[in-house]
Amino acid sequence: MLIVVLVFGALATAFGALLGFAAIRFKVESDPLVDKIDALLPQTQCGQCGFAGCKPYATAMANGEADINQCPPGGESTILALADMLQKDAKPLNPENGAHSVKRVALIREPHCIGCTLCIQACPVDAILGAAKQMHTVISEECTGCDLCLPPCPVDCIDMIPVDVTIKNWKWPAPNQSTRPDTRSFAVSS
Amino acid sequence: MGRHGAFRGGVHPPQHKTQSLSASIQSVAMPRILTVPLHQHIGTDAICLVKPGDHVLKGEKLARADGYVSAPVHAPTSGTVIAVEERPVPHPSALYSLCVVIESDGKDTWTTLTPAEDYTALNPSALRNLLREAGIVGLGGAGFPSYIKLNPGLDNPIDTLILNGAECEPYITCDDALMRERAAEIIGGLRILRHALQAQQCVIAIEDNKPAAIAAMEKAATNVDFPIHVQVIKTIYPAGSEKQLIYTITGKEVPSNGLPLHIGVVMQNVATTAAVFRRIAYGEPLVSRVITITGGAAVNAGNYRVPIGVAVSDLLGLKEGQQPALLLMGGPMMGISLPSMQVPVIKTTNCIIAVGQGEMPVSLSFRACIRCGACADVCPVSLLPQQMFWYARGRQFDRVQEYKLFDCIECGCCAYVCPSRIPLVQYYRYAKTEIWAQEREKRKSDAARQRFEARQERLEKEKRHREEKLKKRKQALLDKSPAADTNQSIAAAVARSKAKKTPSVDPDRHS
Amino acid sequence: MTIGEYGLILVSTVLVNNFVLVKFLGLCPFMGVSRKLETATGMALATTFVLTLSSVCSYLVHAYILQPLDLVFLRTLSFILVIAVVVQFTEMVVHKTSPVLYKILGIYLPLITTNCAVLGVALLNVQANHGFLASAVYGFGASVGFSLVLVIFAAMRERLASADIPEPFRGQSIALITAGLMSMAFLGFDGWVRT
Repeated sequence: MLIVVLVFGALATAFGALLGFAAIRFKVESDPLVDKIDALLPQTQCGQCGFAGCKPYATAMANGEADINQCPPGGESTILALADMLQKDAKPLNPENGAHSVKRVALIREPHCIGCTLCIQACPVDAILGAAKQMHTVISEECTGCDLCLPPCPVDCIDMIPVDVTIKNWKWPAPNQSTRPDTRSFAVSS
Repeated sequence: MGRHGAFRGGVHPPQHKTQSLSASIQSVAMPRILTVPLHQHIGTDAICLVKPGDHVLKGEKLARADGYVSAPVHAPTSGTVIAVEERPVPHPSALYSLCVVIESDGKDTWTTLTPAEDYTALNPSALRNLLREAGIVGLGGAGFPSYIKLNPGLDNPIDTLILNGAECEPYITCDDALMRERAAEIIGGLRILRHALQAQQCVIAIEDNKPAAIAAMEKAATNVDFPIHVQVIKTIYPAGSEKQLIYTITGKEVPSNGLPLHIGVVMQNVATTAAVFRRIAYGEPLVSRVITITGGAAVNAGNYRVPIGVAVSDLLGLKEGQQPALLLMGGPMMGISLPSMQVPVIKTTNCIIAVGQGEMPVSLSFRACIRCGACADVCPVSLLPQQMFWYARGRQFDRVQEYKLFDCIECGCCAYVCPSRIPLVQYYRYAKTEIWAQEREKRKSDAARQRFEARQERLEKEKRHREEKLKKRKQALLDKSPAADTNQSIAAAVARSKAKKTPSVDPDRHS
Repeated sequence: MTIGEYGLILVSTVLVNNFVLVKFLGLCPFMGVSRKLETATGMALATTFVLTLSSVCSYLVHAYILQPLDLVFLRTLSFILVIAVVVQFTEMVVHKTSPVLYKILGIYLPLITTNCAVLGVALLNVQANHGFLASAVYGFGASVGFSLVLVIFAAMRERLASADIPEPFRGQSIALITAGLMSMAFLGFDGWVRT
């Protein structure tokens, strides 16, 4: 009996020492997976996923606290990319988080703007130009369509305009029949 | 220079070329309205220089090039600019694009032309600039600004200059006709290109189904003071594709993400070469080109020299009471179908096909892929169309790219042989534009992330600033309030003076 | 043992008595990590490392500690201890060298500890009275067989992902059916080597 205890004790100590040494030798500092996940997200910082921005959502996904189908602006392509990276099953967008819509940018109706700067403070990417009592304008190239400027505006003078399709950003449609409708993609339209 | 083995793959579709070769190149009556798009080339749109109401002469610049990869656009005839607005253009999307609309004054007056007979005295950069300002782009169909090809740089000496007279696509005969009738212009242009590139060897490649063109070019190439080799190649589609033709002529492969100039080769279409000649010899910018009108539903099949900007409706004569089944701009393998006849002919238009009923099977339904592999057998780029199809269909775009999607030249050989009639090229085009759209989205989201993080930093900094200021103010208040301290020192002084005034009573002292 | 006999051990463990498809051990990582070829390859390498090392270490513990001290009845316990240590070590190495692979393998990396193929190899070594080199070859062969099948299966699953599969069969169902068909195919090696 004593032999057993001694032998196992010795073995355990030896292995423990080895592992301890390995733990120090192979210490890992940071967690780059969060950054990799964040790189796949559309950066609208809109909060529709239920988190306070894209980085918190990415962190939650890295920790397994959030599902991959909570981002409406990212749409199907983001879900597929996340499924690929995290080795999970792709699934349809969670309707509780919102619906995927065509890309829109904000437009301020200038005759109604009162220069209150509330929308400027709300914009997460500083895409609104203006100052107190001065005209406010949305820089359309930087606007991500997150809708966060709409609630603060006291005179409701901001409209969301769908982005035009031009020859520059036109995409060939997928051919008529059977773009894969199931395990990889859910909406046959893209 | 010997003939090397042909490239792997390729197909032999029926040629349908005799229909448009019965007469020589004819001209067309100048129409009243011409629509000139500002984007007829690869690269950035040209910047418009005219406004409605301006009177322009033939060959006058309507729009200037914007940046390095761009080309100017010239007026095809004299007249008045009646509009600068979005009009239908030949593009598969059927969308509109910015055009200059000119109403012809019937006089067709040229602007002042500046030929450059003494071009050999010009330095290469000046020569290239002349061609750039003439708006010359690749007339074989791609529309790449030609002057860029003439600038390989000092690191890439050019060994071989090849003129592409292959014209491998069925129905199209405009290059054939040009070679038969304007061989001297082509040779003249070849001389200029050779000088610009300092090329060692010159080759003119022609498919063997054009005996008259071969004879004409060989005749024009004799008695020239530098050697020109007219190379006859076997007729196969797509022999005229740039990389495939380079391989056939030189035996060298253009690297996957490289250009022909990296292996010392430059290729120009024969029509482009003739346009170069006309600019240097006569000073004419690119304002017209030869196109083929053909198809079962066309009554006036043949080759025509047409001004850029003519509407297809002004060119195409249809059989009485017959609607074409399909209207194609380009060939049946790589052309696009036009939504209406109101689109203009542009620099890269080489053919208009009015497809008669039953002339080409238009099959809209297709069957499942049976993995037969016929597509891989015929791919001239040695890709795996089957794998690209499966992954494009499954929206796994990173996998499609692993199969070298962007090397696909969209020639259509794979779709031509598919027994299930799958529109393979449409899948690859869909994948390519999706990938480009995703890359654009990625760039935008990266920029948005940078702005967001910069904003966070700014807000943090402002917060810290405010807190520091508050702290400083509190501190200053503490230092600055003499009231408290002064009261204390006054009280201390009063206490001291009181103590001096009232002598201390010493109980031991005898009074 | 002659070279020929080591060769036979290899052929046996890789093909004839393949641990996954014939002995049906180690099915958890086989099904769980075979969606993408890259992760499957990573897992295969990790398992190879673990299997070979633990096969050798188990032999050493058994031959030089348990047998001399007549504690052979403790072999299951001590083998599990050895395997757990080796897996922990491997986990740390993977975490350091490829954090993405580490996160993607996720729970399957520590689950190599409970991979019955690993313990199976150690116990079968004892049962067959293999010497040091034979144990090493046996462990290595088992891992090569596992890796081979895992990689083949992953490649097939990638193709299945874009294929036209009827609704009831999509997902794990078609994967298991495929695994069953692969297993039948490997039955073709039956009778090559008798071990």
